[in-house]
Amino acid sequence: MLNPFFYIRAILLALSQIWVNKTRSCLTALGIIIGVASVVSVITALTGLKTKVLKEFETFGASKMFIFPDRPDDAPRNKYPWEVVRLKVPELERIAIACPSIKRVTPTTQFGATIRHGDDARDGINITGIWPAWHEIENRQVIIGRPFIQIDESDARQVCIVNQDAIAELHLNTDPTGATILINQREFLIVGVVENQSTGLFGMNTSQSEVFIPFSTARKFQDPDDFFFIIAQATSPDAAEEAKAEISFNLRKMRALQSDEPDTFAIRTVEQVIRTFNAIAVVITMVAGGIVGISLLVGGIGIMNIMLVSVTERTREIGLRKAVGATPAAILVQFLLEAITLSSLGGLIGVAFGELFAFGVSAIPSFDLKVSVPFWAIAVSFAFCAMVGITFGMFPAIKAARLDPIDALRHE
Amino acid sequence: MITSQPENSHPTPEPVARTAGPLLSMRGIRKVYKMGVEHVHALRGIDLNIFRNEYVAIMGSSGSGKSTLMNIIGCLDSPSTGQYFLSDRNTARMSGVELAAVRNKLIGFVFQSFELLPRLSAIANVELPLLYARGNWRQRRKLAKAALERVGLGHRLTHRPNQLSGGQKQRVAIARAILNNPAILLADEPTGNLDTATTREIMVLFQQLHAAGQTIIMITHEDSVAAYASRVIRLSDGQIAYDSANDGYNPLSRGLPLPGAPSITVMPETPGAPPSTGEKREEHA
Repeated sequence: MLNPFFYIRAILLALSQIWVNKTRSCLTALGIIIGVASVVSVITALTGLKTKVLKEFETFGASKMFIFPDRPDDAPRNKYPWEVVRLKVPELERIAIACPSIKRVTPTTQFGATIRHGDDARDGINITGIWPAWHEIENRQVIIGRPFIQIDESDARQVCIVNQDAIAELHLNTDPTGATILINQREFLIVGVVENQSTGLFGMNTSQSEVFIPFSTARKFQDPDDFFFIIAQATSPDAAEEAKAEISFNLRKMRALQSDEPDTFAIRTVEQVIRTFNAIAVVITMVAGGIVGISLLVGGIGIMNIMLVSVTERTREIGLRKAVGATPAAILVQFLLEAITLSSLGGLIGVAFGELFAFGVSAIPSFDLKVSVPFWAIAVSFAFCAMVGITFGMFPAIKAARLDPIDALRHE
Repeated sequence: MITSQPENSHPTPEPVARTAGPLLSMRGIRKVYKMGVEHVHALRGIDLNIFRNEYVAIMGSSGSGKSTLMNIIGCLDSPSTGQYFLSDRNTARMSGVELAAVRNKLIGFVFQSFELLPRLSAIANVELPLLYARGNWRQRRKLAKAALERVGLGHRLTHRPNQLSGGQKQRVAIARAILNNPAILLADEPTGNLDTATTREIMVLFQQLHAAGQTIIMITHEDSVAAYASRVIRLSDGQIAYDSANDGYNPLSRGLPLPGAPSITVMPETPGAPPSTGEKREEHA
């Protein structure tokens, strides 16, 4: 319709208008800048977080699953009391031997205890009861000494494995094997040392003393009704679904559940955990999207306002352009391009702030989060800005296009 | 400083074929404005023929309807009744887009207050009509430069309007008006904001353009300015009160010849004829 020279001139003119009215343009674009900066920041943070979470779960392995008691939704409490729902040791043993798709299995139970070594005493240290397979499943190997062996478990021997933080906290030797500590007044022989847990999300869980004891030993400290859960590892990630079916079959059989009765336990795979995370991410994105939508709306109204001012200020110019042959469409396009240029420049600055945020987050060492602004976030931001420009620039542009050239040329 | 264009290098001022008929023909043009409940009759039946290469001054006091007539000639406004043919085309049948194209190609406007865009250089201001034309935008610099050279501003291409004198601003505006070789150069009080000396300069420029074949219609209320034209029309109460050839008119007689300027003696089609109405004119044609 119009020659390319027209578009180049219109954009150059828009840029010069923005440059001449710097303060006004900056204030107008502020809403857009804030909106885009926040959407870019939120997307960046979520993407970075997701990458990190996925990586962390990958180290767990996709073949890992958690089994824990779960009272069916809407079920009456008296029908499924805790004594029925909780996992029992025979169920654990059944899973360990009767499920061919499961390679390794370990129960996990935790309680806090007072630990004494020499003159040092520490309250509330986390004691975890495990089976020997735990090290393989959690990928935390024994670095000094030995892991638990079958006889530790079957005889419920009072042996323990400590992590590196516990060595420091209890002032043990660098190689503490052979030393003894008191856990709730009982003497335990340290047989091995396990690595500290790898850095968790946002650098949390970094320094925590951990003491591991055989599961059977732990049960002696606990009430028989106390909670424990099971971590199972399938023979391969592909076998995870099969393993779930086998566990479900065996547990239902042992619990004598009728076919119309729901499960009284739950089996969660890592994939499900990731799915949950993704669901949360979607909610966060939607909330952020709402905030961004409101700020873009406010920004768009600002642009509409300033474009109306611009149309009034340049009424004579519009009259002249019409006199030398500009069609209403040409005037419309010119003012629309100006609105789009303004909002897109706001978007550009917003993206720059988002990049700055990503850079800042990456620079904080304890977060250990390497984030960068994904390309699609930039594309989406610009698309939104252009849309805001078109939507809110349309009314002033139509107003300009409809001006009567005679009145416009007479305008003071 | 003023360069005149030799006739042979100046293209035909209007893109339509030369015909014996008038370039501009008005029949019973009336214009009524509604001011609240009152009806204001700005034009009360104008019959007018203007031929190619005429230099017409339209005069009249304030409220005589001369601005309304100019707006209708320039296709900025349309008459309430009556017919207006421009280059044998009935403007009443044209769409808004077609009228914009007519303004772009056939009409060159010159305004009292110049109407230059302050942030554009002289050459960019002159290029403006090409923004809204199909094609030939690739030669825009060349065309704009040629137009500025024709008005004697070849050395002021990149100056902004605020760096130019009033006379120079009006020259830029004239360059913009003649860029597309319009059929009609339509000037609305072109010297209204200029002093006597500058007025003379601009009038000399108009005469040069006229001598080179340009049809000029000029609105003015100053007799001294109207004296430069070859034909004078006086409006009174929305009607033509007087329409006659300017007896004192002598091409390039005022302020010219400049030393070394080529002697151009292009005359109106019917020299010496004093037609008062279009009808008389048609008999001649």
